[in-house]
Amino acid sequence: MIRTTVLTMARRVSLVLGLPAVLFAVWWFATAGSTDFYVPPLSTILQKFGEVWTGERLLSDVLPSLLRLTAGYLLAVVIGVGLGLVVGMSRVARDVLEPVLELFRAIPPPVLVPVIMLFAGIGDTMKVLVIVSGCMWPVLLNTVEGVRAVDEVLSDTCRSYGITGTSRLRHLVLRSASPQIVTGMRQALSIGIILMVISEMFAASNGLGFTIVQFQRSFAIPEMWSGVLLLGLLGFLLSLLFRFAENRVMAWYQGLRRAQRNT
Amino acid sequence: MTGPGSTPVLTKTVGASGADKGPGAPGGGRARRALEGAATPLRGLAGLAGLVILLQVLPHSGLVSADYLPPASEMGRALWGLLAEDAFWTALGDTLTGWGLGLAIAVVAGVMAGIVIGSVPVLRAVTASTIEFLRPIPSVALIPVAVLLYGTDLRSKLLLVVYAAFWQVLVQVLAGMQDVDPVADDTARSYRMGSWGRVRYVMWPTALPYVMTGVRLAATVALVLAITAELVIGSPGLGNQIAVAQTSGAVPRVYALVLVTGVLGVAVNLVARAVERRALHWHQSIRREG
Repeated sequence: MIRTTVLTMARRVSLVLGLPAVLFAVWWFATAGSTDFYVPPLSTILQKFGEVWTGERLLSDVLPSLLRLTAGYLLAVVIGVGLGLVVGMSRVARDVLEPVLELFRAIPPPVLVPVIMLFAGIGDTMKVLVIVSGCMWPVLLNTVEGVRAVDEVLSDTCRSYGITGTSRLRHLVLRSASPQIVTGMRQALSIGIILMVISEMFAASNGLGFTIVQFQRSFAIPEMWSGVLLLGLLGFLLSLLFRFAENRVMAWYQGLRRAQRNT
Repeated sequence: MTGPGSTPVLTKTVGASGADKGPGAPGGGRARRALEGAATPLRGLAGLAGLVILLQVLPHSGLVSADYLPPASEMGRALWGLLAEDAFWTALGDTLTGWGLGLAIAVVAGVMAGIVIGSVPVLRAVTASTIEFLRPIPSVALIPVAVLLYGTDLRSKLLLVVYAAFWQVLVQVLAGMQDVDPVADDTARSYRMGSWGRVRYVMWPTALPYVMTGVRLAATVALVLAITAELVIGSPGLGNQIAVAQTSGAVPRVYALVLVTGVLGVAVNLVARAVERRALHWHQSIRREG
């Protein structure tokens, strides 16, 4: 019994780490003796990584970035789901708002940075607003789509049992749309990280994006690469966190699909 | 809640029977549907008109300074000026070239990789962690790398566009392949459908809505990244025009250019939607629209 669990654990670990280990090894040995100024050896990058990103930079650059991302992302989800429910459920609201929302959704968020800067200066508010203005749309779009694709039989059943108002919203609409909403939230997360970096590249005095651009401009190439690595790591950890939360919240949906698979 | 919720259902059932039975069906349903069909663009126009009026009134009311938010009329004048410039059209062409090439490469690569990885469970298990690691690397983090490798060349724009759009497509294709109805798949198996047949008739139709969502998102992200590359790196295009207008303090021109990028995005989205509608005319989310 214990042996089999150990074996499955070993299998899972090798599945998760196998390919990354191979790629890592390839990178390590391909650049081992590299004298190319722009492509430093991986060992150098990792050494710089340890020097640069531990200690006070963690508090002065990484933490502010993460706080802004969290604030912007959460706001975007709340607004996106709220608006998405309204727009998805009412035909009139969808008709009136769709062109306007389409226009706003279609404006690439980075070009809003100069515009938002006019209103909000270059402080944290600007960065949070930029993140909100970019993350909202995948959530909103997916919510509308999810609400629109609510199962008709379930919808009719709810109606004939007189389930209306908040309970219909909670138990039917939000429930059936939630797989889509979660998909939207997943996309929004990666867009949020992108915008976190862009907003800091434009105008900032701290943050990850700011620091990496500083490194690039001063031709501190290994430090720059270590920053790229850190961003990748950060995105990976955030998506792990997201999956953990998703597995808890969406357990019923995954269970449902599993049950369908087994019968 | 009940009011707006129940009307479409009523219209839908009446309308559907009208469409099925043709002349024998009650005409009221069809007339009503035609009325609704005509009302949709009108309502949309009303929404847009409301936005323009709001933009015109806000700066005049003094709630927002006209230095930050010029009235709609001034933005319109700046836009009109843009349309007469050759430089503007060249910039638009540059942006579209980078976007189109990048998107095409990303979609083809993403769909092919997604089908291969999604249909082989082992591959999926082995690559999952790597995809999860590479996907969230923001392509803007590659900006320094792109600058070092290609300068302000088209290739540096393409690098960012392809990197960003590829994952959008791939992740959606993989999600779609995972959403395959187990019963349908088992049925296909028990009918001894080969693996190509299962991909073609079971997995592809299930994944298609996801693929279309992926392509639509990728089209948007590709445009975002093309314009971002121009804005930050300075390769020629609309983004570069915005940067120039911003540094010279031409606020109405900035808004006009932002509006152009928005309209460009809408156009991209409309085309993607039309393609989606065509490809998914059988799917519930499209069908129930009537």
